[in-house]
Amino acid sequence: MSDVVEKTLTALPSLLSLDSQPGSAKLSSNSKLGNLIRGITELTSKHEEEKLIQRELLLIKEQVSSPNTTMRQMKELMVRAIYCEMLGYGVSFSYIHAIKLAQQGNVLEKRVGYLAVSLFLNEGHELLLLLVNTVLKDLQSTNLIEVCMALTVVSQMFPKDMIPAILPLVEEKLNHPKEIIRRKAVLALYKFYLIAPNQVQHIHNKFRKALCDKDPGVMSASLHIYLQLIQENPEGYKDLAPSFVTILKQVVGGKLPMDFNYHSVPAPWLQIHLLRILSLLGKNDQSTSEIMYEILDESLRRAEMNHNITYAILYECVKCIYTIHPKSDLLEKAAKCMGNFVLSPKINLKYLGLKALTYVVQQDPKLALQHQMTIIECLDHPDLIIKRETLELLFRITNDQNVTVIVEKMLDFLRISEDDHTTIDLVGKVAELAEKYFRTYAPDNEWFIDTMNTVFSLGGDLLQPDIPNSFLKLLSEGFDSVEEDKKLRLFAVNSYISLLQGDSSKLPQRFLQVICWVLGEYSHLREDLEPGVVVRLLAKLLDMKSSSSETKCWVLMAMTKLCPGGAALALVHDVSETYSSSLDTMLRQRAQELQILSQDSELQAKVLPRSASMEPVEVDSSLSFLDGFVSEALAAGAAPYKPPHQRQEELSRSKALNLEPYGLSLPISISSCSITDRQSPTLLSISSGLSGDSTDFSHKGSSTALKLDGVKRLWGRDGYLAQKEQTEEAPRIEAASAVRSADQLGDNNASNSQTPNPTPSPECDQEKQQLASSLFVGLASQSFLHQMGKSDPTSQRFRRKTKASGSAEQITDPLVSPSDGSDNLLYKSLLDSLDLDVSPPEQTAGLVAPNGSCDAEEEPADADVKEIETPPVRDERVTAEASPHDDPDGSKDPSLASHLPAELSALSHSKVTLLFSKQNLDVSACHVQKEDSVVLVVFISNCSDSFLQQIRLQVDSEELEVSCVSDCPSEELKSHSVAVCQYFLTVKRPSVHFDLSATVSWQPPAGLPLTTQFSYRLPLATFVRALKLSTEEYGAMWLAFSHDTKQNLTLIHDGWDPLAATLDVLKRKLQLHVVEIIGVEAIVACCLQQDQPCLMHCRMHAGMLAVWLRSPVPDLPDCLLYCCQRALQEL
Amino acid sequence: MIKFVIMVNQQGQTRLSKYYEPVELSKRAALEAVAVRCCLSRGKHQCSFVEYKDFKLVYRQYAALYVVVGVSDSENELSIYELIQNFVEVLDKYFSRVSELDIMFNLDSVHIILDEMIQNGHIVETNKSRILAPLTAIDKMADG
Repeated sequence: MSDVVEKTLTALPSLLSLDSQPGSAKLSSNSKLGNLIRGITELTSKHEEEKLIQRELLLIKEQVSSPNTTMRQMKELMVRAIYCEMLGYGVSFSYIHAIKLAQQGNVLEKRVGYLAVSLFLNEGHELLLLLVNTVLKDLQSTNLIEVCMALTVVSQMFPKDMIPAILPLVEEKLNHPKEIIRRKAVLALYKFYLIAPNQVQHIHNKFRKALCDKDPGVMSASLHIYLQLIQENPEGYKDLAPSFVTILKQVVGGKLPMDFNYHSVPAPWLQIHLLRILSLLGKNDQSTSEIMYEILDESLRRAEMNHNITYAILYECVKCIYTIHPKSDLLEKAAKCMGNFVLSPKINLKYLGLKALTYVVQQDPKLALQHQMTIIECLDHPDLIIKRETLELLFRITNDQNVTVIVEKMLDFLRISEDDHTTIDLVGKVAELAEKYFRTYAPDNEWFIDTMNTVFSLGGDLLQPDIPNSFLKLLSEGFDSVEEDKKLRLFAVNSYISLLQGDSSKLPQRFLQVICWVLGEYSHLREDLEPGVVVRLLAKLLDMKSSSSETKCWVLMAMTKLCPGGAALALVHDVSETYSSSLDTMLRQRAQELQILSQDSELQAKVLPRSASMEPVEVDSSLSFLDGFVSEALAAGAAPYKPPHQRQEELSRSKALNLEPYGLSLPISISSCSITDRQSPTLLSISSGLSGDSTDFSHKGSSTALKLDGVKRLWGRDGYLAQKEQTEEAPRIEAASAVRSADQLGDNNASNSQTPNPTPSPECDQEKQQLASSLFVGLASQSFLHQMGKSDPTSQRFRRKTKASGSAEQITDPLVSPSDGSDNLLYKSLLDSLDLDVSPPEQTAGLVAPNGSCDAEEEPADADVKEIETPPVRDERVTAEASPHDDPDGSKDPSLASHLPAELSALSHSKVTLLFSKQNLDVSACHVQKEDSVVLVVFISNCSDSFLQQIRLQVDSEELEVSCVSDCPSEELKSHSVAVCQYFLTVKRPSVHFDLSATVSWQPPAGLPLTTQFSYRLPLATFVRALKLSTEEYGAMWLAFSHDTKQNLTLIHDGWDPLAATLDVLKRKLQLHVVEIIGVEAIVACCLQQDQPCLMHCRMHAGMLAVWLRSPVPDLPDCLLYCCQRALQEL
Repeated sequence: MIKFVIMVNQQGQTRLSKYYEPVELSKRAALEAVAVRCCLSRGKHQCSFVEYKDFKLVYRQYAALYVVVGVSDSENELSIYELIQNFVEVLDKYFSRVSELDIMFNLDSVHIILDEMIQNGHIVETNKSRILAPLTAIDKMADG
């Protein structure tokens, strides 16, 4: 910490303690608040606090509702209520009185009333509606302080439906002579933009005015809006880049009034804000970046003062320099600057330096090399936070040569970490690295299995469910070489046998389940191992108190696969006897299977063939082979089928099981769950083995490993995409080896990496050197680097994609029909399900429209027209955004909108945007959302006093089918008239944004013909329509769709039901149709113009919304997911 | 993005709390307890930024009082660290040598000051005189 701050701190001694300070005099005051505070300061226990506050609450309650309470007393009561709520005691009875106080009090009382409202109520609380009138009144008050308060509360919370009521008043305040009112009005508009962006669409030009306000406070308030806008659409605001640069220049140059300084640094937070905006604008844009270089350089230079806040600015500066289009000398300076951070003895700076480095190595991994020794030191830093940040950095620079060392370091940290969140995060990263590099890194079975063992033991039951899932999938899928696969599996078996022979009581349940599966599946690979031995080891798990019944099921399943003989058979018999009377129906089911199959080895071999994991199983998803049985059962009076969702609902009421309803294996799960009973459709593995032809079944049509039936029900069916990743990896390896052979530089590093664990050496430094060389090996060449982590969010998604799309399958093997008496129910129910499951996806081809161009263009009449393009304007590109300070733009909207064709004018249309204006020709456009289509309307207005001739317009898009509805009367355009062209848009290929590029050409009365290009962008949301479905239809469609994606989204915590709140937002912003909400799950449907449906399944899980989208259209789930993410982020 | 600002003393008693993202009342106490435990357990030479769940805590100690700010991962921790200092300096200016009791007795004023500085999780004003302007105007009206 700098001396300046040190001094400031010592200058604040009065914060020291309760006595010896001026404030204590107030303790003697007799006020009620004083009494409360005295009470609170004298508290010694939680129990006392509760007693005190309860008593206080009673007092407050009594007084607030008394008619004799004056507003002055009410103000004090509110402060006391705030106190109580701060300590965690609800004071909902006083909410209404807070609103009353804001309504009726004098200035100070009113402010406290507003304050209490903003502290007590959530956005969206219904009582907020009662505040609207008060706000409205105060906004019109002649007392500036009241206006100020009203604006403050509005910028904190306001019911969004009521925005139109006060919007004109707030807008009016933008022109207020007082800066504070203007500033607060801008902040209020920012709030409106956050909660309801479309409500303030029309006043974007006023934001521009605010940005140019002569008062720096108003200007900086408008930056909040711009940061938000630019985050959403950086392309639209490129024209503002010079303005932001100028502002930053002025700030850095000390042009602001002195009182904006903080410790003699001019407006540091404003600088940081501007740097963030610049980095967004300059990203992937060379020309915009070039405008910034100078000021960034100056910022780096200016911020030399030794104070925390200058370092905070520097950090932002470095981030900006590495985000925008690179410039070598700036990069150099930034790197040097970062070096100072990392080397600083001040720990906060070191932390920030590491954070910056983590960010930067993603662009340039070589930077890590420069600081390798510091990084090593940080790795051994006593402060865990620093250590953790260093690991984050290392994670980003992992390559196939240093992966073992880095994983080792991460595991070391995991062993000492006590924080659950960190554990989950790190365990996930280790597993990711282990699996990723197991392929590229010379497959070292021992390392992989050992690492995964540690992951499973350390991760415990906190582990993300997809880790064991992908691990097992990797084991069962194997690689190209059969021999290698066998070795890996054998190694796993050996490792697990020895684990079980030791003390297995400490192993987490998930790990035990993995062990069970592997032993059941592969222990036969070890020839010297009697199945009996394995069975005995497994039986030990059954006797352990800590084993959950879920684990016991896995044990029984493994035993079923093992089919021992001799003495172990008796043990198996005992076990199945014991559990066939278990209260747990699943266990009972497994025990039954074990009993039957262990007695009939022929049947066992048929049902559970060995080494069949790689053989594709054909599954008849419609279960047509059961038709006869079902009709028989129905005729015999069995109960009809219950649709899955109905059953789901019953389930969710019964017990909080971790189940995912629209299982890929649903058709089978229907059968199996009904066999056992209704408890869980997900617990199905063996019985589905009975109905399939081996244990290995997977979802329909999957050609990849099928062994994961049991796994699936536990861990969800998130797949691991071995083939995909391999193909991705292959070229990299080649590249890497090429570099290696060409460039001997890496050699000594490489040799070090072969002995990755540094041997303890007497000299500490040497040890560190060695560690460094093993950690940073391979960084010298970029091609070695496999960037991980956040920069690669797609890998997860892609994994799912190799799964073949479900189409018609035929089951090949006849089934063993279960002999249980309860079967009738099941097969009966299947009959109904068949109707649903086989219904094909509605997938008709989209409307094919003639491509693109306006008819006008094809008109042969103008044979003599020459496409003369005037050089200066030829390549001009105009994007759909007005230029700054261009106020008149807005005023054009209403007049142009009136030109909308009659059939469209009734529908809602987007803002009419001026696309460009040149040579007396203005082109504007908007889009109209019809119920089943989207129409682009282009307005060509002639602002001149003469005719314009030969107007041609051509609109094209890569992702959209553009067909002309009505062409422009293009022959000539009278002066001051408007031509309207309509284009019918259909989606060819889903995308997050659809860019339309258009070319317009015309002939001015004098001179050469002119041509200009412009573009227009539509978001995907424009094309999304609600798809009204019943739950049953949904279920049927879900199974039929092959393209899917899964991700976690943030929930909107509105105080009330977060699921409903989140869905509400999606419904509103994207027009999704919520089919049904069942407990913590919901199903949602939408479509792109009717023929391209997309279904979404949401489930609240661990504070997140796990969504799963499916569609018959490729890319649609991904794009829609992105839209959902955006929609939720925008709040 | 700032998620919350709290002031707690070494005994773990909350003196001020303001949330910019809705947090249920029942969960606040637990969060505040964890926050103060995090800060208390850390020595003077340890980093002032602590990871907690999916966000970070930035804290600063003033005698027996801690100011703890919860921020999202993308936030610039050091600028928040200095923001805390700025906040305390503003309080010091308003109360002329602020003490824990000042904060307790004038909880409403402290909140009003904070409202001027942070809104919706963003820093909206850092200029000391401008932060205090509305509050001093209100005080003047109340006195006069």
